[in-house]
Parts: sequence; structure tokens; C-alpha cells
Amino acid sequence: MKHLLSTQDLSARNALRLLDVAEEMAAVGEREIKKLPALRGRTVVNLFYEDSTRTRISFEAAAKRLSADVINFAVKGSSVSKGESLKDTAQTLEAMSADAVVIRHPASGAPARLAASGWIDAAVVNAGDGTHEHPTQALLDAFTLRRHWAGLGGMPSAGSTLAGMKVLIVGDVLHSRVARSNVWLLTTLGAEVLLAGPPTLLPVGIASWPCTVFYDLDDALAQRPDAVMMLRLQAERMNAAFFPSTREYSRRWGFDDGRLALLDTMGLDDTVIMHPGPMNRGLEISSAAADSPRSTVLAQVRNGVSVRMAALYLLLSGDPHDEHDDETDDPTALILEGRTL
Amino acid sequence: MTTRTTDPIPSAYLIRGAAVLGGDVQDVLVRDGVVAAVGAAATAEAPSDAGTVDAEGLIALPGMVDLHTHLREPGREDAETVETGSRAAALGGFTAVHAMANSSPVADTAGVVEQVYRLGLASGWVEVRPVGAVTAGLGGERLAELGAMAESRAAVRVFSDDGICVHDPVLMRRALEYVKAFDGVIAQHAQEPRLTEGAQMNEGEVSAVLGLAGWPAVAEESIIARDVLLTQHVGSRLHVCHVSTAGSVEIIRWAKARGIDVTAEVTPHHLLLTDELVRSYDPVYKVNPPLRTSDDVHALRAALADGTIDVIGTDHAPHPSEHKECEWAQAAMGMTGLETALSVVQHTMVETGLLDWEGFARVTSTGPARIGRLGHQGRPIAAGEPANLILVDPAARWTVDPSTMATKGRNSPFRGLELPGSVRATFYAGHPTVLDGRLASPRPASGTPATEGAAAWNP
Repeated sequence: MKHLLSTQDLSARNALRLLDVAEEMAAVGEREIKKLPALRGRTVVNLFYEDSTRTRISFEAAAKRLSADVINFAVKGSSVSKGESLKDTAQTLEAMSADAVVIRHPASGAPARLAASGWIDAAVVNAGDGTHEHPTQALLDAFTLRRHWAGLGGMPSAGSTLAGMKVLIVGDVLHSRVARSNVWLLTTLGAEVLLAGPPTLLPVGIASWPCTVFYDLDDALAQRPDAVMMLRLQAERMNAAFFPSTREYSRRWGFDDGRLALLDTMGLDDTVIMHPGPMNRGLEISSAAADSPRSTVLAQVRNGVSVRMAALYLLLSGDPHDEHDDETDDPTALILEGRTL
Repeated sequence: MTTRTTDPIPSAYLIRGAAVLGGDVQDVLVRDGVVAAVGAAATAEAPSDAGTVDAEGLIALPGMVDLHTHLREPGREDAETVETGSRAAALGGFTAVHAMANSSPVADTAGVVEQVYRLGLASGWVEVRPVGAVTAGLGGERLAELGAMAESRAAVRVFSDDGICVHDPVLMRRALEYVKAFDGVIAQHAQEPRLTEGAQMNEGEVSAVLGLAGWPAVAEESIIARDVLLTQHVGSRLHVCHVSTAGSVEIIRWAKARGIDVTAEVTPHHLLLTDELVRSYDPVYKVNPPLRTSDDVHALRAALADGTIDVIGTDHAPHPSEHKECEWAQAAMGMTGLETALSVVQHTMVETGLLDWEGFARVTSTGPARIGRLGHQGRPIAAGEPANLILVDPAARWTVDPSTMATKGRNSPFRGLELPGSVRATFYAGHPTVLDGRLASPRPASGTPATEGAAAWNP
């Protein structure tokens, strides 16, 4: 892996490798000194063209725990607002010898453009691009789901997949990079994915996706999902006639108290409720659901740091064999033996 | 092909052994701007100082006529000028191009169209026919001075707001009615604006995955359906620019069957490329209307073969590199096309058996000349006809390298592709603008333009 741009082009082997390394990284997070020297002397630039404090600090914490130097380049108030092009910014970062660029950008495909353009040699990590993908979010969701699923089976999380798991994703799929990344990654890892949302917020062309689509949330819940992932409803969609009103949206596609109770009625004791945050409480998710023991919201945040450490580590530590998906290459072993775990 | 001349610019050229329209091998004598003779008479009548062009293995075709070219001048001379764009046109096998109206200032007055027309005469590489804007400033609110442009020295017959759809149905109706007074045609850029707000690519399976805002086929088809009905209602003439969907083809086929006076064009890129290329996020593939699916591509090819689509229009749209070296959403729409059109059409239509070379001449020359009312272009290669013709080597193979092109634009989506066919010579009004596959010299500006008969020609 030279870059992490999308989950659609992530092989099962690389996905599992990322998740397995993330398990090792999570162990570091539980130690008193939460730091590894793995990326000492390497420079990671967080290039953020959109406000996203949550994602930015998660990447920053990940890079710092690996001892990398971190430069935060927030574009608002910088030269980009004076019209500097992505090309010029990239070449500037190249001249400063950035080893990795973590990019958040409102334009779909901007990270892919950065990686393929030849403007910069650094590894590119997509931290969310437009309505395309958000691969590290999907990885942290998969990590969270895998721990839950493996735990139910009494198995260790490392090395296991999501085979047999049924995951329901609900809401604005059309504009959601989280949904896209999860659809590809979770199916790659063996899960069955269900989607539910208003037809206006499901993209034309969705029929070719490897999932089942429901217009009715209760019909989807009747499929007895093992996890329900609620997507954030963006404020700008609320006034664009995608649906009549936020109250109607909430009644039809919100995870409210009634649906929370339904899980109990159906005997779905092990079904978890996920949300990528930030949540619109009372809109796509009720407070009772968000705060229930089923909720994995905070675990997702915690796991985000581990997954991003794994991504930066695998992209920057050389890892010469992985492009060939070499069976014998075990990065976990590499960390354990060659470094300081 | 080798060319021998004794004089830098001989008064006559004897083309030896060209397959006329891909058929019989003949000699063709070009003298004083016309085809003086064809066959044995050409050889016999050739003056001793005539330049000779060895055309063995080459096909003689009428010079191509483009109904849809963006020359960018006035206003964006960093992207293209009339001089550079018409050089590209001559190299591409064109003897006439229609310069679209979306310059700056917009070609919406007699003054601007005459300026573009004069720049074309001064360049001398091809005939440059300005297209007039339908609405003032392309604003879509009131008609531009269509009559003044028609009566100007540029004798405008094709009117278009290309780049923007004339979406107000009343305004479109009035435009269609008004141009009947001077046998004009409205060339519509069919794009329903509300359905395509922020649109970035064809709406379908690929846009769903890429997270790029979709440009649905229905946004094109609904406007075409409305416009053919308006055209029928007011008894006028409509030309549909850059048809890109299978559904549009069906509507146009239906309209023609009802006797509606509608013509349609397709670009070379829509005959070859699909939205799968957008997966690269490389804006060289960003164009309006967008690249569609392979089903659309095949429907467009079939429609061009059966005459539902009348002509090729390049929609040559050069852009400076900074407008393409950026994020997809911020990139400009458009592709260059003048220097690749012949090869792409040969590749997609001739080598597939869908068109013979006569058919090629129909869609690239005769058809567009008739739509644009250019009486002296798109004519048969026969004695007494204006000498607008090209020699093509159909066996040539070449790899597209935008950096070597005559256009200023480097935004060719065919970069790196090996394509068949090469233009070896272009004769514009009897003057060789291209010889041996290279630019020769422009037609001297002092001569009477070979264009004055345009308005008088009755097809």
C-alpha cells in the first residue's frame, strides 16, 4: 500500500492487516506511556480543506503516538483561501519533505488526484473526500464491529472477519462518504450490508451495489441486523426538498425510542447501534438510543486513533511486500520484533 | 505522400492517384480555387508548372466542416486564438469551422461576429464561420440581435448559446420563429438547468460509487423533446448539439419520422469514451455533456450510421492547463478535438463497418455544410466545384501526443491512444494549407473570400 484512498480498492488481505495492526496499536493506547518511536523523524501533514476537529485530532493523536512530527495545515485562513491551487500546495508540501499527507477535502476524488498527479511523492491518506469515501472511518467501524462480533463468538479479534454479520446502514447514503466506504469494506470483510433511507437520498445506480436496499426502516430492522449504523443528516439537506420535513424524516428513518424498544422485543440483545458522529440527537438518533448500552459511539472514537496509527504505520514503515500481498509478510510480527512493542 | 513543386505557391496542383471518396482512383486537378478536372482530363489539362501531389494509397474527401468549435477569441487568448485553432483545424482536415459564441465579449452583436470573421480571413487556414448567440450575453433573458448578425459580413446562419441551454420555453420558441426570416437555425445545448445543478458527470452506476453529482440523461432528453415539439409547432429548424444519450437518439428518430426539421450532432469523444474513465478523477475526462455509458456510445454510433444523427461536431474546447490540473469539481469542462476527429471517427465508424468513406464525407462535410448553409463547402469532388478537399492516409497509425498539437489546448482525452488515419493534405479554396501532413501556408488574405455565396446557396 502506497496510499489509503478508498476502501473499494482495498483487498481483504490489506484490510485485515490494517485491522490486525490496529489491535496492536490499541494495546499501546492502554499502556501508561502511549507512544512508539516507529515514525520518529517522519513528517505527517494534516491538510484539511474542511473543518473537522474530530478527524483531525484523531489523526494528530495517531501520528504523535508514533512519534512523527505533525504539521496541521488548515486551509481556512491560509493561502488557499487566496486561491492557491491544490497543485501548488502539494508541491509546497513536497518541498518541505512531507512523508505523508492526510487530506480532508470537499471535492470527491481530491486525494486520488493528489496521489496520481505526480505533484508530491508522499503517501496520501484520504481523511474524507466530498461524498466519495472516508476509509479510516470505515476501518474504525469495522474494527469496532469485529471486536463485538469476535467477542460474541468467544474468539480473539485479531485475524477474524465479519463473516455472518448483518449490518444495517440508515439515512442519507447519497451524500455519505461514510456509507460508501463501509459498504465496500464491510462486504470485503464478509458482512452482509443492508441500506435503508428515503429514496431521494439513495443514489441512482445503487442497484449494482453489493447490498439490499430498503425504503422502510422497520422492514430493514425485521431482517434482524447485528448492527445498526445511523448516518448523520447534514443540515444543508434539510432545506433542499429531499424530504418534506425533519420531523417526517425522524419518524420514518430516525432511530427513536420505539425502535430501540423494538430491538428488545425482537430479542436482538446483541445488536449494537453505531454513529460516526457528530450526532443530531432527536433527529436521526434519539438520546436514549445514543446513550444506551448498545451504543458504540465512544468506542468508535477510541478505535479511530488505533486504526489511524495502523494506517500511518503501514504506509510509512516501508512494508515492501504488501503490494504483492505476500502471504508471509506479517506486519504485526514486524512491530513486535523489530520495534519496541 | 510526396509533394513536388517548382514554385513556392503554384497556381495549380495535380493530385495523382487519389481514391475519390474511397472509390475509383483518379487524378484531380486543382486550379484557381476550384476543381478544374477529374480523371484523364486532369492529367491532360495540368499546366507544366503545376505542383504535383502523389496521392497513391490516399483517399480524397471533401474538406471537413465543424459545426461546433470553441476558438476562445476574443477574450481567452491564453486558451486558444483564431490563428492557433484554425491551424489545428487545417491539420485535422477541416476547411471550415463554426466558432461558438461563448467568447468574451459574447458574439451577440454584428460587431463581434464580424471581428471573428475577419480574424478567420486574416489567418487563412480554414474558413471561420462565427456562430451568433441566441440571447444577449448568453443571459437567457432576451434575444440577441439575430437579424443584424445574419445581415453582417459574417452572414451568420447558426445561432447558439452553447455551454448554456436556452431553457426558457417562450424564449426558445421566439428564437426558433425569428430565425425563419433568414433561414437560420437554432443550435441548442440541451441541458435542463435545475436537473443539472452542480452536475459533475453522468448520473449512473459510476457516479454513485465516485460520489460525484450526477448529470442525468433525462436532463438532455426532456429539453430535446420539448424543442422538437416547439420546432414542429412554429415550423422552424432546430439543430441539437452534442447528443450524448440513447434516449435522445430515440426522441430525434421519432421527430424525424414525423417530418420535424431537426438535425443532430455527436462528438467524436461521445462515440468512443465512457464514464468509466472518470474513475481516475482526471479532469481531462470532464466534459459537458458528460461521457455516458457504453450502451449510449453504441446507440450514438448506430444513430450516426442510420442518419438519425446527421453530423460530427467536435466541440473542440481548449483550456489552459491550470483549469485541468486541479480537483475534478473545480476543473473546467471540455476537451480538444480538432486534430483527433478524423481518426476517432475512422476508428469508431469506418473500421467498425458502420460507415464507408462516402458516409464519412456525409457526416463530416456535406451534412454540416448544409446545416450551416455553406454552399461552397461539402461539395462533390467534381469539375467546377470549389476545391475544399483533403487527402487522408487511412492506413496510417499514430499515437496521440497533445504536446505536439497545433491547438494551445493540451486537454486531449485521447492522449496515449493509438488511432488510425492521418490527414496528409488539406486544400482550402484551392490553396494547400497542409501538405505532407504538416502545415504549409495560409491562404492569402487578399483574395476574395470563398464564402460570399453562402447565403444564396439552396440545398
